[in-house]
Amino acid sequence: MNDFLQYTIQGLAAGSFYAIAALGLAVIFGVLGVVNFAHGACYMLGAVVAAVLLDVTGLNFWWALLVVPLLLFGFGVVVERLFVQWLLRLEPLYNFLLTFGLSLFLVDLVKRRYGVSGLPYERPEILTGQLTLGALRLPTYQVFVFLFSVLVCLAVWLVMTRTRVGMIVRAATERPDVARALGVNVGRWVTPVFGFGIALAGLAGVLAAPFRAITADMGSSFIIILFAVVVIGGLGSIVGAVVAGFLVGLVEAFGQAYAQNFSQIVIFVLMAVVVLLRPAGLFGREERA
Amino acid sequence: MTKKLAGGAAAVMSGALLLGACAGGGPAGAEGAFTDDKIVIGVLNDQSGVYKDLSGPNSVKAVEMAVADYLEKYGDDAVVTEEQIEVITADHQNEPDVANTKAQEMYDRKGADIILDVPASSAALAVASQADQKKKLHFNIGAATTELTGAQCSPYVFHWAYDTYMLANGTGRTVTENGGKDWQIIYPDYAFGQDMEKSFTEAIDEAGGTVSGSIATPFPNDNFSTFLTKAASGQPDVIGTMQAGGDLINLVKQYNEAGLRDQGISLAVGLMFITDIHSLGVDQFEGTTFTDAWYWDMDEESRAWADRFLEETGSRPSFAHAGNYSAALQYLEAVQATETDDADKVVENLDGKEVEDVFLRNGKIRAEDHRVIHDVYLAEVKAPDEVSEEWDYQNILNTIPAEEAFQPVDEAGCEMG
Repeated sequence: MNDFLQYTIQGLAAGSFYAIAALGLAVIFGVLGVVNFAHGACYMLGAVVAAVLLDVTGLNFWWALLVVPLLLFGFGVVVERLFVQWLLRLEPLYNFLLTFGLSLFLVDLVKRRYGVSGLPYERPEILTGQLTLGALRLPTYQVFVFLFSVLVCLAVWLVMTRTRVGMIVRAATERPDVARALGVNVGRWVTPVFGFGIALAGLAGVLAAPFRAITADMGSSFIIILFAVVVIGGLGSIVGAVVAGFLVGLVEAFGQAYAQNFSQIVIFVLMAVVVLLRPAGLFGREERA
Repeated sequence: MTKKLAGGAAAVMSGALLLGACAGGGPAGAEGAFTDDKIVIGVLNDQSGVYKDLSGPNSVKAVEMAVADYLEKYGDDAVVTEEQIEVITADHQNEPDVANTKAQEMYDRKGADIILDVPASSAALAVASQADQKKKLHFNIGAATTELTGAQCSPYVFHWAYDTYMLANGTGRTVTENGGKDWQIIYPDYAFGQDMEKSFTEAIDEAGGTVSGSIATPFPNDNFSTFLTKAASGQPDVIGTMQAGGDLINLVKQYNEAGLRDQGISLAVGLMFITDIHSLGVDQFEGTTFTDAWYWDMDEESRAWADRFLEETGSRPSFAHAGNYSAALQYLEAVQATETDDADKVVENLDGKEVEDVFLRNGKIRAEDHRVIHDVYLAEVKAPDEVSEEWDYQNILNTIPAEEAFQPVDEAGCEMG
């Protein structure tokens, strides 16, 4: 039982990275219709920038949670203005080529500058050690990551449902044609939404920094799982991305614990089952699929 | 008539003199004994991927240091001049087929007499087979497989620094004998990991310990939390990990996160390079034991060489860098002794030779399987407050003598043609 609870919190912690990053991917896809293949690289960039800032300026983890996503927001805005906006009217293939190329470029840039062995990162003292609840010992950092990401997802959900900006973005995400017909200027929101999506990937990277190897390649396996997450959740669905993110984290952990020989494929089995039963994903809408 | 005779005699005399000069040795004397009139040393390794830091471009630097040292040592007596030694390099990207093509190119088109380094076992075996076919030399430093001196051994291939048997025998046996009886092993599910898991299990069993569980993990993998919980649930004395590079860093971070060291479960690493400790920091690795083929700060001699290396490269050497230096230097010594780049003569010179250099301590080049044996070390990562300077990361716990460290010849399974 103790082990089961540990697997659960480990799955939820891993799911937190997926949920936050997939949320960014879903928002970008919803508003721009762009499948951002550079999302894994942006996750990596979040961790690398946090490590570099800690090394160079001493910026600690708490500040990094704020500063790094802001920097990546800026980066996202620049990328959108310089490149993505020109491709929005073209076939999706061009977006794929652009974002895939961007991903290769970023990975190589980090490799050239910081090598391949990975960068060190220190956790804040308060997040080290274990929380003891009776016989149960839970790693403090994993509990923190889970709670923090639930808060982030809730905040994003509140913004989406309670503010005008959020409603416009949601309308544009869910029914771009109707939104346009009602006079909503979807185009105005394209650039900040792209930046926001990239910032979320960066935030997932900062959260991963104390816990995972910070290397140029850290985003490459991450992006594959992230696509499984958005397919399971339903392409472009904000709630779907979050729910599927945590779900995939759990399935991965339980797969590793109880079906070790199949641990590499359980996520994709889940994806296949979901797609068979609901082709548009758990929260996707049929006409989009 | 007399004039003619005298002229003929003079011609014969001068011819004989010329021949004498050629046979007499000296820098000019060796001319013709070297193909293309030069020695070409190829360094084939990973220049952009996961093994870039532990070998990569700095291995090339180490080889260049060996060339410089050779030229300085022999001065005018060197059988080749500075202009006659060329060091070339290529990136094999850890792909056996790329390694194969690059090795062919180096041997055939670029005239390489020897290829050094070649990390990644699959790439190493590809290069070894090229060396065997072309009767050219390959001294392997970077790869771990015992196959190079086992079933796939070749008269032209030497294995210089380490292998899976030596790692397992060093860490597995020594840690077990020191009280870590009950082991759980976590290993990546590909050739190197499976090979290491097998070698470690054998070594631990022989030393009177038990492996109560082995967990195969995907490769590459960034989340080991669940695997670690699973391994820890039986409360073993030691968790042995065979992960390398980024995967090792992931696992160690998550081992610390789970607080397993505080629960009395220690961590032993199958294969670790000082560059791994450098990239993650001693605090994460504190107390971890592993087998090291060489450590830069183990004595005056190694430290002096590491100081030079630091000046050249800006970083301290890994054992692979020192191994490349040693292999290049011993090759050049053999060339000096035989006055040729003929591979068979060089091999004859090296077979059975006892060697001491900055890397090889009590070194011996075994003629039977071309395993180069030498003293190796059981090391422990220092606690952060023990570290007095950058790269000061290791305590040497034990020296494992050369004869005990490596697989005995009769077990290697090498039948050299």
